[in-house]
Amino acid sequence: MERQVTLIALFAALIAVLGLVPKFALASGIPITAQGMGIMLCGTVLGARRGALAVLLFLGLVALGLPLLAGGRGGLGVFAGPTVGFLIGFPIAAFVTGLIMERMRGAPVFPAAIIAAVIGGIVVLYIPGILGMVAMLDLTVTQATLSMAPFIPGDLIKAGLAAALTSALYKARPSSVLSRA
Amino acid sequence: MLTLTSEIRTPYHRIRAGAKLAGLCAATVGLVVLDSLAAMLLANAAVAGLYLVPGRAFLRAGLGLLKPVWFFVALVMLWHGLTGDLMAGAVIALRLIAAVALANLVTMTSRFDDLVEVVMWGLAPLARLGVNTAPIGFAIVLVVRFIPVMLDKARLLIDAWRARSPRRPGWQVALPITLVAVDDAEHVAEALRARGGFDMD
Repeated sequence: MERQVTLIALFAALIAVLGLVPKFALASGIPITAQGMGIMLCGTVLGARRGALAVLLFLGLVALGLPLLAGGRGGLGVFAGPTVGFLIGFPIAAFVTGLIMERMRGAPVFPAAIIAAVIGGIVVLYIPGILGMVAMLDLTVTQATLSMAPFIPGDLIKAGLAAALTSALYKARPSSVLSRA
Repeated sequence: MLTLTSEIRTPYHRIRAGAKLAGLCAATVGLVVLDSLAAMLLANAAVAGLYLVPGRAFLRAGLGLLKPVWFFVALVMLWHGLTGDLMAGAVIALRLIAAVALANLVTMTSRFDDLVEVVMWGLAPLARLGVNTAPIGFAIVLVVRFIPVMLDKARLLIDAWRARSPRRPGWQVALPITLVAVDDAEHVAEALRARGGFDMD
């Protein structure tokens, strides 16, 4: 119990710290941040339930007014903003990522984690994200999806990094990777 | 710990956090229900008025927090301009600005500790049902502490990299930073268990 709570708190903090990594621009000029990688890591390392709890803890602190979202955003305002769909999608994404990771227990960590991170951290995350933009900005689904397309290459890179990190962590500290424990 | 609570004292700081949150909920529902340009203009004027009461510096700070919204305002106006429905676009953009600004106002005028207290108050019925809510409060404190510690350790490892390599530190430092953090968390867990942990009694 104590171990699970501290690891959940640690990964909530990790999402915040990754939000502080300076953003860099891809060739397309669209800035990408490392925060999404934190969501993926919550799933791949902590598993479904605990990963989602870590993300919920992080979002709770954002709602309470800590500027922990990438770019120093935070407070209740972000939950009234157009990106609220992504915030709702964060815990779902971590949960699905963790679920796939747990279901693929038989597979080696790296390929399992990359599949889990792409499906959970990109496909599953984009669905509520895009629906949120449709609802808040009155766009059509096509328009909202088109606005998101430039972010896909960056998110694929993040999924690869998250998987590499998970697999390295599993080699160094197997007992801390709760999705495989 | 850095929070978004404003340093500028306002009359709103004195209102109870729970009351402000309830008011915010009601106002946001109102913004969604009202659907005319006139109502949205009026709502924005009212919100601007609320921000002006404590003075210009407070209004400027509020505008700073609104920065991420402008991109989406531009996006909405662009798409609606293309479909030839600028009026609908304006209503949506104005609603967005008012809703985000109101929520930011609650954040700017409420202390972090007071908001945590509202959360714990909301969780109290769960505790009565026998759910152990102590770990939730504890986890909040842990995250607030872990963030600066992790940043410090990351800075040390990045300095160590810089001292040894002419290249910029990149993904290679990610694993050591994660390992140090995970080991720290395991130590904290051990220390917690040694002191009795989360037992309810």
